[in-house]
Amino acid sequence: MGILVDKNTKVVVQGITGKAATFHTKQMLAYGTKIVAGVTPGKAGQMVEGVPVFNTVKDAVDATGATASVVYVPARFAADSILEGVDAGLDLVVCITEHIPVMDMIKIRRYMEGKKTRLVGPNCPGILTTDACKLGIIPGYIHKKGHVGVISRSGTLTYEATFQLSAAGIGQTTAIGIGGDPIKGTDFIDALKLFNEDDDTKSVLMIGEIGGTAEEDAAKWIQANMKKPVAAFISGRQAPPGKRMGHAGAIISGGKGTAADKIKALNAVGIEVADTVAHIGETVVSTLKKAGIYDECHTC
Amino acid sequence: MNIHEYQSKQILREFGVNVPNGRPALNVEEAVEAAKSLSSKVCVVKAQIHAGGRGKAGGVKIAKTLDEVKQYATELLGKILVTKQTGPDGKKVNRLLIEEGSNIEKEYYLGFVIDRVTGKVVMMGSQEGGMEIEKVAAEMPEKIFKEYIDPAIGLASFQANRMAYNLHFKPEAIRKAQAFMMGLYKVFIAKDCSIAEINPLVVTKENDVVALDAKLNFDDSALFRHPDIEALRDETEEDPKELWASREGLNYVNLGGDVACMVNGAGLAMATVDIIKYYGGEPANFLDVGGDSTPEKIATAFQIMLEGGQAKGIFVNIFGGINKCDLVAEGIVKAAEIIAKDGAGMPVPVVVRLEGTNVDRGRQILKDTPIKNVIMAPTMEGGAEQIVKLVEEAKKNA
Repeated sequence: MGILVDKNTKVVVQGITGKAATFHTKQMLAYGTKIVAGVTPGKAGQMVEGVPVFNTVKDAVDATGATASVVYVPARFAADSILEGVDAGLDLVVCITEHIPVMDMIKIRRYMEGKKTRLVGPNCPGILTTDACKLGIIPGYIHKKGHVGVISRSGTLTYEATFQLSAAGIGQTTAIGIGGDPIKGTDFIDALKLFNEDDDTKSVLMIGEIGGTAEEDAAKWIQANMKKPVAAFISGRQAPPGKRMGHAGAIISGGKGTAADKIKALNAVGIEVADTVAHIGETVVSTLKKAGIYDECHTC
Repeated sequence: MNIHEYQSKQILREFGVNVPNGRPALNVEEAVEAAKSLSSKVCVVKAQIHAGGRGKAGGVKIAKTLDEVKQYATELLGKILVTKQTGPDGKKVNRLLIEEGSNIEKEYYLGFVIDRVTGKVVMMGSQEGGMEIEKVAAEMPEKIFKEYIDPAIGLASFQANRMAYNLHFKPEAIRKAQAFMMGLYKVFIAKDCSIAEINPLVVTKENDVVALDAKLNFDDSALFRHPDIEALRDETEEDPKELWASREGLNYVNLGGDVACMVNGAGLAMATVDIIKYYGGEPANFLDVGGDSTPEKIATAFQIMLEGGQAKGIFVNIFGGINKCDLVAEGIVKAAEIIAKDGAGMPVPVVVRLEGTNVDRGRQILKDTPIKNVIMAPTMEGGAEQIVKLVEEAKKNA
C-alpha cells in the first residue's frame, strides 16, 4: 500500500542516458522499482542498466505499458519532457529537475487541465513507497516499512525527517517530495487527500517552508477533511523578507509566506509543529501517542 | 534578478509602453546634460538603487532649474540612502535618473505577479497609487481589483477594459490605460518577469497614462534565454559574499550574524539557520552547498564564510543523500589545507555533524586527519548547541 506508486508500477525514465539519470536508474532498480523503459531522442535501441531506450515516450509506453515516468532532463528541456509524458497518457510524471522557468510551468499547468496525468515536482527528490518502488533520488536505505506518510517541499529535510522517524521506530508508507518551486504539480492538499484515502497510512508528517500559503491552505483543509493525525515542521523562521532561500519558491514577499504565519495556522487547527529540525521525530511520536496509535505505528 | 528603474523604463519604452522622457546619469555633469536634453522645464532627479521607498527617504527631488539639478545630483550621488526596504545600513547611490516632470492629475497602482495558487499571471490594480500594495491588501482589500490571465489566451482586451473601468479612469484616458496594460503584459511574458509593478501609474492633466515609477524583477531560472537582461545586472547592488558564492555555484545569503553554517539542501540549510538561533546564536548566513559538492567547492565555501572575519564559528550540518559524507569530509580536510596552512588548524571552531550515506567513512576520514579546531558532533542538536557556546566563549575571551 502507500500512495501513487507500488511494486507493480511500470516506470519509464525520461533522459535515461544522462549521467545522473543513469546513476539513479541503477539505484531505483536496486530498490526493486520496475523500470521498463528509458527515453532519449536519437538513442533508441541502446540499453542502460539493462533497460531498453526509446526515442519517444509514446514508443516506450506502446512497447512496455509503462504508466509512470521520472524526468531527469536538464532545465531548459524539462518542460517539454513533462508535456510529452502527459501527452502519452501516463498516470504519473515525477520531475526531479530544478530551475525550470516559471512561465514554462504556468503553461504546463494549463496544458494539464482536464488530463488524467498527475505531476509531482518539479525541483523535488521524487516519491518512494517503502520496500516497493522509488522514482527519483531519495536514498532508499533510510526508509522502514510502517504507517506514516511524509510530504515535504525539501529533499534533504525529507531524508532528515525519515531518518529520525526510522530511528524512533516509526516506519513509513510513502514519502513524497512535492518540490521547492512556486508553481508545481502536486501540493500539500493533493498529497494529504491521497494519504487520507490510503488504508495503510495512519498519520501524516508535513514539512513546509517559507513562501506562498500552501501550508495555511492545507491547515484549513485538514481541519475540514482529514481523518488522520498530522504533525508538521516549517523551516525558515529566521529568513529575512524578500530573500530567496535556495528554493525558487522559498521567499517571503509582501509580508506573506512567513514561517510564523504557517506555524500559527497549523497550531490553530491542533497540529503540533516541531520547534527545531532536530525534534521532527519526537513531534511525530508525540502526535501518535496523543492520537492513541503509537503502538500500531511503532513498526521498526 | 532586479534591475534599476531607468533600465526597466527603457524596456517598457522598447515595447511602446508610455514612460516619461529621461536619461540615466553617473555623475553631476551627465545629470546636467541629461536635464538640458529634456523638453520640460521641471525635471525629476531620482536616485537609482535596488530598493523601494526612495521618495520618502529623500531620494527623489524636483528641480526647477539647471542649478537645482546640479545641486540635487551633487547631494544624491555617493549618498547612503536608507529606505524601508534597504535595511539600516542603506544603499549607496551610484546612478541617477533625470526625467521630465509630469503634470499629475491622479495616481494608480498597476502590477503583474505570479499567483502560486492558480498557477497563473495575475494583473492587480488599485486607485491607491503611491501606496504599497501590501498595505492596501491588508487595510482595504476591496480596493484591489484582479484579473487572472489564461496563458493560452494572454491578457484579453476585455480584461484590460474591465480593469480600466473598475479603476475609474476618466473617459479620455480609458483607451490609453487599456493599451498600457496590454503593453506591460507583453513585457512580462516576453522577458520572463516575476514582478512588473508600476507604482504610481499616473494620468496627466493632458490625459496621458504614464509610468512614473517602474519595477521589473526577472525569473532567475529563465535568464538563460535573456542575455540582454543578464547584461543589466548591477553587481555593486549585490552583497559581495553573495556575488562570490553565486559565481562558484553556491547558494549563499548573508544574514549578518557571526555563527556560520554550511549545509546540503535548501530546506535543511534554512532549518539549520533556525536551530542556531534557537540556541541563542546569531546566524551569519544561509549556505546550501548542493548535492554534488566537490572538495574544492567545500573549500571555497569555507573561504566565503571566513572572509572579513565574519564567522566566529562554523557549523557543518550534512545529511548525505546523494551527497556522500566521505566526500564532504575530504572537502573539510582540503579546506583546512588551503585555509590553515602548515597544520595551524581552522581559524575559528568548526563543529561537524555528519549523517546519512557513507557516514562511517566520513567520520573515519576526520578521525584519521585531525584538524585543530574541528570537532565532531554526535547529533545535530548537540552540534548546534556546541557551536553557539564556542562562539560565545570566543567572544568573551576576545
